[in-house]
Amino acid sequence: MKPFDEMIKTGGDVRLPYEQLKCWLDTQNPERLAQKALDAENVFRKTGITFAVYGDEEAAERLIPFDIIPRIITGNEWRRLSQGIEQRVMALNAFLDDIYHRQEIIRAGRIPRELFTHNDAYLPEMVGFRPPGNVYTHIIGVDIVRTEENQFYVLEDNARTPSGVSYMLENRETMMQLFPELFQQIKVRPVETYPKLLRQSLAAVAPPGCKGTPTIAVLTPGIYNSAYFEHAFLADQMGVELVEGSDLKVENGKVVMRTTEGNRAIDVLYRRVDDSFLDPLTFRRDSALGVAGIMDVYRSGNITIANAPGTGIADDKALYSYMPEIVEFYTGRKAILENVPTHRCSEPDTLKYVLENLADLVVKEVHGSGGYGMLVGPAASKKECEAFALKLKANPKNYIAQPTLALSTTPIMTEKGLAPRHVDLRPFVLVSDRIRITPGGLTRVALKEGSLVVNSSQGGGTKDTWVLDD
Amino acid sequence: MLLGRTANGLYWMFRYIERAENMARLIDAGLRMALTKTSDAPEEWSSVLMSAGVKIGYDNKYNEYNASLVSDFLLRDPGNPSSVMSCVETARSNARMVRTALTREAWESVNETWMILKSTLAQAVPETDLPRVLDQIKRETAIIRGAFHGTMLRNEIFNFARIGTFIERADNTARILDVKYYVLLPSISYVGTTLDNFQWESILRSVSAHRSYRWVYDVEYNPVNIADYLILNSRMPRSLNFCYSNIVDNLKYLASDYGKRHECHDMSESIMIRLENNDIRTIFDNGLHEFLSDLIYQTNSLSSKIAAAYNFD
Repeated sequence: MKPFDEMIKTGGDVRLPYEQLKCWLDTQNPERLAQKALDAENVFRKTGITFAVYGDEEAAERLIPFDIIPRIITGNEWRRLSQGIEQRVMALNAFLDDIYHRQEIIRAGRIPRELFTHNDAYLPEMVGFRPPGNVYTHIIGVDIVRTEENQFYVLEDNARTPSGVSYMLENRETMMQLFPELFQQIKVRPVETYPKLLRQSLAAVAPPGCKGTPTIAVLTPGIYNSAYFEHAFLADQMGVELVEGSDLKVENGKVVMRTTEGNRAIDVLYRRVDDSFLDPLTFRRDSALGVAGIMDVYRSGNITIANAPGTGIADDKALYSYMPEIVEFYTGRKAILENVPTHRCSEPDTLKYVLENLADLVVKEVHGSGGYGMLVGPAASKKECEAFALKLKANPKNYIAQPTLALSTTPIMTEKGLAPRHVDLRPFVLVSDRIRITPGGLTRVALKEGSLVVNSSQGGGTKDTWVLDD
Repeated sequence: MLLGRTANGLYWMFRYIERAENMARLIDAGLRMALTKTSDAPEEWSSVLMSAGVKIGYDNKYNEYNASLVSDFLLRDPGNPSSVMSCVETARSNARMVRTALTREAWESVNETWMILKSTLAQAVPETDLPRVLDQIKRETAIIRGAFHGTMLRNEIFNFARIGTFIERADNTARILDVKYYVLLPSISYVGTTLDNFQWESILRSVSAHRSYRWVYDVEYNPVNIADYLILNSRMPRSLNFCYSNIVDNLKYLASDYGKRHECHDMSESIMIRLENNDIRTIFDNGLHEFLSDLIYQTNSLSSKIAAAYNFD
């Protein structure tokens, strides 16, 4: 079956939200557009908007391919999406608070206790501790896919350290430089305010003892991290320091950074370092990326860490299948945004079903991310399926399976003109004193014809995403 | 207020950009010397390596001195931390680290230099191409300097970068002079032989001063004037006097911004006084080599004191 295309209806008519864009595209000289695409690439390369690919020595820094055809979402579609997202992030924070305190949801029998008992993402250090403002996951990227005109699914909740927001911002910046005339014709809701909102949002959850303007810093693992560009970009845009573990230490019960004028206390730390590397005294002892003793400072309420340690439990893939129950349990309403039906391979009957239908399913590692270690059944060879089946049987708990969704397509610019490719969407959400959602987000696109894998580490690209101001 | 690591990154970023440019100049001067039949080419290349401060590393790898080996070692060798490519890599890594402290123009100029030189220096440079490549390196570093001067706010960020530039430059000029100090000694010959003239020109050329020398002094090279020019002249942008007066000024800005003086301030000012209240005859009388090697030592020690004062040691 042909997947839903967001620009062209079956039959060839243009969908309403794309009408103006399509008219404009039809009047454009293809050579000029190709030149613009090259211009965009040069801007990205010159600016150093690159990401590192692990284990790829030759091209240690690569560009994420950028496609110049924007993806368009109507104001109405966005309203529904953002309501669903808001409901979901409220539920996620309520869930985290509950799971580190009274665990009502387990007592109520809505989710099994085993999900936590052997899960590294669940941090005993967080039990009984309440972060400032009662917010656990401050910055969230909710991955959404579309299969029909009115059918959206949440693919995963990135509740620990979602990345990609800098691409959302740079993509818009680039589009405005390349096609200023388009933005005059079509009213697009702005995304540029994100860094300012992020700063406000982080400042709003400063520790209660913090007087005056809180000192905020972004903690990066350093220049060799795949998302370093983004860390530097966000620190720069917010006007805060970009720190590494080696800049920080604990002094008089505060986390301080070493500056040219002595040590300065930090109130809010937006960390882009994983939980396990955060504090060598509490977690991995070999970590040089974190700060020895920061967990003690955190637990005594002298610093806010965003996102809170231990939030990873909320975006664990094993837990994902329970999200409809979780949303309903904490918000008292059915989830506005649907989950993709998910098979838990830990259950014997389900495992049998999954093994029998491997060729039609997508199987993911419970703790994996970035598109690594997954099997896309319909795209895999028989041999690959067989090899995967062995891994699956050896450790069923480690996997979940989902039907292969016919992800919607939007056109990209190819050498032969426009051609449809599959896309997903990652809107970015900020939670603190209130919830702030930037209209749009990052659209990731699988550049290979027919491919469903949109991850940048696997050859995916990005597009500017327009939410119409209609 | 800056992170200590940011001050460190700025300081080293600019030391390495300066070093890359100095390497290009040294190779340039070496090529010239090697072209003159009267000189002993291997000897000249060996002293180029010495001026570059990388002779030990080179001797560990090769056992002969010639234009293609030495220039390859100085241009591209990844094992040589002071090769142009290594310098540019390090400068760019530092720039990436301190990106939030740089203007877009300043960052892009470093990034583009890195992209361009990475491709230019991907393969060994044939000797016939050397002049073009050396020019390109000098042009790239000039663009970085231009972008930096044209767009950066004159604040502490600027000061740390400038201090890095001038510490590196002072070290470089002093080294070049020290390696060749004996050809400048008046006792050997007052009237230069042809070889002396080549040697003198080579010294001036390695600091791009062979033309400007003539504007200030005379068409005839004279060793005392050359030493005077590179050590004491306050207007020659690569002289020790000029370097130190910039180091002193930039340190003063930091002291007034931060409201605090450190040991490095006293030290830099006392070196400055030695450069201001001195004449070249006295320096020769007291020993040119002693003067230069002491200055190299002092510059190094000043560098550590600056790092200690501003928390980036």
